[in-house]
Amino acid sequence: MALDIKKGTIEMAHGSGGRAMSELIDQLFLPVFDNEYLQQKNDQALMTLPGNRIVMATDSHVVSPLFFPGGDIGSLSVHGTINDVAMSGAKPLYLTAGFILEEGFPLSDLQSIVHSMAEAAKACNTPIVTGDTKVVEKGHGDGIYINTTGIGVVSNELTLKPSNIQVGDKILINGSIGDHGTTIMSARQDMNFSSELRSDSQALHDLVAVMIKACPTIRCMRDPTRGGLAATLNELSQIAKTGMLLDEAQIPVKAAVTATSEILGLDPMYIANEGKLIAICPPDQAESLLASMQSHPKGQDAAIIGEVIEDEHQFVQLKTEFGGKRIIDWRYADPLPRIC
Amino acid sequence: MKYISEFRNGVLAQQIAQQIASEVKPEQQYRLMEFCGGHTHTIFRYGIPDLLPTNVKMLHGPGCPVCVLPIKRIDAAIELAMRPNVILCSYGDMLRVPGSGKMSLLKAKSLGADVRMIYSPADTLKIAQDEPDKQVIFFAVGFETTTPPTAVIIEQALKLKLNNFFIFCNHVLTPPAIKGILEPAKHAGIKVLDGLIGPGHVSVITGSSPYETLAKNFQVPIVISGFEPLDILQSILMLIKQINQQSFQVENQYTRAVSAEGNAKAQALMAEYFELRERFEWRGLGEMPFSAIKIKAKFKHLDAEQCFHLSKTTSCDNKACECPAVLTGQKKPTDCKLFNNPCTPENPLGSCMVSSEGACAAYYTYQPHHYKPHTNR
Repeated sequence: MALDIKKGTIEMAHGSGGRAMSELIDQLFLPVFDNEYLQQKNDQALMTLPGNRIVMATDSHVVSPLFFPGGDIGSLSVHGTINDVAMSGAKPLYLTAGFILEEGFPLSDLQSIVHSMAEAAKACNTPIVTGDTKVVEKGHGDGIYINTTGIGVVSNELTLKPSNIQVGDKILINGSIGDHGTTIMSARQDMNFSSELRSDSQALHDLVAVMIKACPTIRCMRDPTRGGLAATLNELSQIAKTGMLLDEAQIPVKAAVTATSEILGLDPMYIANEGKLIAICPPDQAESLLASMQSHPKGQDAAIIGEVIEDEHQFVQLKTEFGGKRIIDWRYADPLPRIC
Repeated sequence: MKYISEFRNGVLAQQIAQQIASEVKPEQQYRLMEFCGGHTHTIFRYGIPDLLPTNVKMLHGPGCPVCVLPIKRIDAAIELAMRPNVILCSYGDMLRVPGSGKMSLLKAKSLGADVRMIYSPADTLKIAQDEPDKQVIFFAVGFETTTPPTAVIIEQALKLKLNNFFIFCNHVLTPPAIKGILEPAKHAGIKVLDGLIGPGHVSVITGSSPYETLAKNFQVPIVISGFEPLDILQSILMLIKQINQQSFQVENQYTRAVSAEGNAKAQALMAEYFELRERFEWRGLGEMPFSAIKIKAKFKHLDAEQCFHLSKTTSCDNKACECPAVLTGQKKPTDCKLFNNPCTPENPLGSCMVSSEGACAAYYTYQPHHYKPHTNR
C-alpha cells in the first residue's frame, strides 16, 4: 500500500516489524538515502575501510523546534556526528541513523527531515549505510529523536588530544559564537521576536582537512556545542592541566547574537554552536593556521582568541574589552533568562 | 548594537578610571553600594573592580528580586504549582530557586507540576485563553520595573473577563528597601556605606525624586546609574566627587532613560490595581512596613492569595547562610562559611547563589574564588 505522505502520520504499526514498517522503509527512507550499502538489504552494512586507524563517534539529537532557520534536526544529526569524527583530524566515511518516532508524527515532516539528512550526508560524501526505526506511543516522545554514528579514518601520524596542549599555545576559532543556540531560542514558539539569525549548523571535515594540511602539529580540536565556548575550554584546561587567557575583543560575535543575549540576559560564551571548532596549536604555527582557516569559506571569520597559560587552578580567564579580567566558569545547567 | 557598544568602550573606561584615581583621597575609604543586582552583574562581568583604587570598595545591595524573596513565598509558589489542574507561569530565573526541603519549581515540574517559563507576562494571558479548563497562575515577582507589566495584564484579564487567571503577587518596592539598609545603621550610630548607586530601571518608572528624602535623611549621596560598564564607572566617579565635597545629593547619571518624575502612565496603572501591604517579609532585611504591594481588594478574584488556600509554612533559611548580611552590604559573599563549600550555583543554599544577579553567584561565576576563598579585594 502506498504511504499517504501528505496527510499520513506515524502509527505504532510503523515500528512493529511487520508490513507497515517495511512500507515506511521502502517508500520513505530507502529512496532518499539510496546507496549501494542499503541496497544490500541486510540488517548490517558491509564496507571496506582504507587505512588502519578508525575513528568512531555517536550523537543523539533532540531539538525543539525541529525546523529552525539554517537547518533542522535532520541536517543537524549529520553535521553533529561528522564534526565529532572530524575533530580527531579524521576523514568521515560512513554514517548510521537510528530514529525514534512518536506515534502521530506527520509523515510529511518526517520526509522533509529525511531529505535534509540525505542532502547533508551527500554533501559530506558520507553515505548513511544502515539504520533503525522505533515508534513510541503518543506522549512518550517529542516527535522525533535521531541518533547517528559516524566512522572515519585518520592517518597514523595524527593523534589530536587535549593532553598535547602546552603552555604558550594559541587558541583559534573558525567564526562567530552563539549563532545556533540563539537561533533555537528565538525560534521557539514562545518567543516572538524575529531576527536575521541562522543556525551555524555545518559539517567541518573539509575545513579540518585544510587545517591539518597547513599545520600538522595542531595539538587538539573540539567543536564547542552544548555549553558553548566556555564549557569546551574549561574541559580542555582541566585535561591539559593548564589555564587559558582569552581576549574578548578577538572573539567573533554577531551583532544579532549580542543583541538577543542582551535581551535575555544570557552570555554568548555559554551558548551552543553547531558549526564551530576550536583549534589549539603551537604559537609559531598560529598565523599560518589562521591564514589557512580564513582561506576556507567555513573559516572566513576565524580568529586567534587567546592563549594557553600556566595556572595550577586551571581557570579559563577573559580579558574584557573594558580592560578588566574575569573568569569564565563552567555552568551547572542551561542558563535561564533573567527577570529584568 | 549601536547605543550599547559605546557604553563598553575600553579606552573611555581607562580615562574615567584615571579620573577616579586622581579624585580619590588616599587616606579615605569609599564604601559604595550598588543597589541593583543588574549593576552587580555588570561590575563583575566587565571586571570593574580591577579598574578601581584599592580604597574604593563596592558593596552589593539587595536589588535582586529573586534574592529578596523569602523561602515561604517560594514554597507557596511550589504549593500552587503542585495543585491539580494548575499551570504556574514564572520568569526563568525563579525556576531553580530552592524552597524548603530542596524543592524548587523545576523539581516540581519534574514531579509532574505544569510549570511554564515565560518571557513576557502577556504570554500568561494567552496560556489562560488557550487552556480554559486550567487555572493559570502568574508568579509575579520583582521591583517597580516588573510591576507595570503585571498591572497591564490585570487590566487585560479584566477586559477579557478571564475567570481562570490569577496572580500570585510578590512585587516589592525599592525606597523602603534602601531605608531598611540605612535606618538600622543610623540607629546604631554607624555608617555602613558612603555612597549609593541608585537603581536604573526602577527609576525609569519611579523617577529620581523618591530618593531625595533618603539622601537627605541618611546623609548619603545617591547617583542613579545605567547598567552599562561606563555608566557605572561614571556613577562611581560622581559619587566620589560628592563624598569628597561632603555633599548628599541625588544625581542622575542615567539621563537617557530616567527623569525626575518617572513614567506617569506606569505609576497610574500601578495605583489603579495595587495597594500597599502593611508588612512584607524580605529575605535578609526581615519584615518591613509598607515595603510591598498587593492586588486591590476589588480585584481579589484575580489574587491567587485570596482564591487559593495556602498553607502557612514556617520554613526559614539555613542558619549558617549569610545571605542577610550579604544583601545588606555587611559581608562579602566570600565571608560566608558556606560559600563555595557546599553552597554553589549547582547546590545553592541561599538565594544570592541562585540568580545570576545575586552577589554570591556573581562572585562565584566571575572571580577566581577557589584559591582565595576568604580574601577581600
